[in-house]
Amino acid sequence: MATFIDGFLWYFALAVFVIGVSGNLVTIILASRKVDLSVPRDSAFSGALRTLFSRFLPDQHMLSRIGIQVVAGYMFHLGLFILLFFAAPHVAFLEENILGFGWTAAPHWLFIVASQFAFLGIIMLWLYRMTNSVSRLISKLDDHVATILTFLVMLSGCLALLESFETLRLLHRFLVELLLIYFPFSRLMHAFTFVPSRLFTGAWFGRRGVDS
Amino acid sequence: MSERLERGLSKLRSQIDPKVKSFFSSCVHCGICAESCLFFTETRDPRYTPIYKTEPLRKVWQQEYTFWGKLASKLGIAAPIAEQDLADWEELVYDGCSMCGRCSMVCPMGIDIAQIIFKVKTGLSAAGFSPPDLAETTQRAVDIGSPMGVKLPALQAQIGHIEEEINLKIPVDVEGSEYMALLSSMEIMYFPEYISALAKIFHQAGVSWTLCSDAFEATNSGLQIGNTEVAGVLVERIVAGAEKLKVKNVISPECGHAYTAIRWEGPNFIGRPYSFKVVHILELLDELLQSGRLKTTGKESSRLTFHDPCSIVRRGGVETQPRHILNAIAENAVEMTEHGAMNWCCGGGGGVSGNERAEPLKLKVFNRKKSQLEELDVETIVTSCSNCRLVIEDGLEANDMEINIVGLTEMLADHLVVDNSQ
Repeated sequence: MATFIDGFLWYFALAVFVIGVSGNLVTIILASRKVDLSVPRDSAFSGALRTLFSRFLPDQHMLSRIGIQVVAGYMFHLGLFILLFFAAPHVAFLEENILGFGWTAAPHWLFIVASQFAFLGIIMLWLYRMTNSVSRLISKLDDHVATILTFLVMLSGCLALLESFETLRLLHRFLVELLLIYFPFSRLMHAFTFVPSRLFTGAWFGRRGVDS
Repeated sequence: MSERLERGLSKLRSQIDPKVKSFFSSCVHCGICAESCLFFTETRDPRYTPIYKTEPLRKVWQQEYTFWGKLASKLGIAAPIAEQDLADWEELVYDGCSMCGRCSMVCPMGIDIAQIIFKVKTGLSAAGFSPPDLAETTQRAVDIGSPMGVKLPALQAQIGHIEEEINLKIPVDVEGSEYMALLSSMEIMYFPEYISALAKIFHQAGVSWTLCSDAFEATNSGLQIGNTEVAGVLVERIVAGAEKLKVKNVISPECGHAYTAIRWEGPNFIGRPYSFKVVHILELLDELLQSGRLKTTGKESSRLTFHDPCSIVRRGGVETQPRHILNAIAENAVEMTEHGAMNWCCGGGGGVSGNERAEPLKLKVFNRKKSQLEELDVETIVTSCSNCRLVIEDGLEANDMEINIVGLTEMLADHLVVDNSQ
């Protein structure tokens, strides 16, 4: 089983992830689009760039009404980013198996803080999704599957690191592989597609001279 | 599958482009858009969540363009989109959305939700699921040239009255003019003072302008109902009029959706660029003021505020110009807390005001504007869209609010330096 998880399934999952994600992005970015025939008032390019970054911050007047989503969203994503790219085992794994170079890993205390942020964030987001009338109405099965899968990957990863137990390591890796296979066909794609979405909309507003 | 369902689905399929794919695949269903929509904030009904209004198109995308959707359809475990699905969304997108585009400004993923809602409208309209009132006005616009049935003799009669009143000639069909002005039916019938304001302003500034007897109507019911073919036909009439008169510029009136139709979407509706430039009346007035061709005198002293029409400001980019103009003629202008590109809609855009069955909902969501106005305690509201003006008038009346409402162009005309030598 260990050979299968560390060997074939890993390469298969990686291939599905890379081919699936790039295929999706190519379809979005390179497919022909209608040319807008109206005369622009301002630059689509600068509008696209502006919106790419401006949407990291919520509208200040709405903050009191969307505080939970914003705070929990930032906690989860920042925590996950640190876990993914700065947890010591991940840095070592990326260096040895994929990139050939590494970087300084986060100290243990930061790992603990980041994981607490990530767990608290994802739990808050999921509870909000289940209890808020709007989120409940618009959420799909995919949203729940993606949340649960991500949660299990995080949980197994933290346990594996803290307990240094081989079975937990294998379970974590197996769940990561499931996530990689599921990723291109799911809502998880937002990790990449938010970029073209913001660029498209920013360009649209930019050529009309609207600061979005 | 019924023929109307097939028409609707076929239209929806044709709307799925790379943008739509990107938008749907990046939506995480966070629901933030709900808090930006006055139809949600004033009713707390989750069905009015902007992204929920795009469900028919999302379903088509999901079932026909995604792995899981295609698999589920192949295995027969996905319920195919039914006629009822389209029928159920008619009220949401036509009555419960003013196409104000506020949702598109706040989506953290950058999804232009308003643009997708318009695409849903095209599908529903193709399937015949649109409000009867809008369908009728659209047909009238195609047959008569005006959604309100305003024909040339009605305009000529108004022109006659105005010329007599202001003692200035209103030029019609003058070939080679620099500008061809467009009007909305509402301006002709309810706010003819807009036409007299144009005449006074252009007279003082020495602008060469004309109206066109074949193409004076700027409103575009095709855009409101989501019928791009009709929208194209209506734009073509304006283009033909402008080309016949060989004008260099066409002036969009103070009507929000008319500006969107002629300035931004028109060339795409007809599939070719124009041979003339399109300017919004406020852009031109600002330019005339800045260049010193217009001279004003005195300032309004009452406490007033400017209501930003969504299609002109948020979706059209004409935000600084009305403020420049207002600052030149008013000394006590105050801004609403959320203004400019983030202003709240009056509630009547996107065809809502022309849809009688949406009247109670329109008045309910006006509460948002009411709160904004109460917060400011103003005596006057200035705006630059005849539709907003009518909707706000209705809202003020329904709420027993004593606030004047005026058009910005007329207010400017009232402050022109009078040339006694004329």
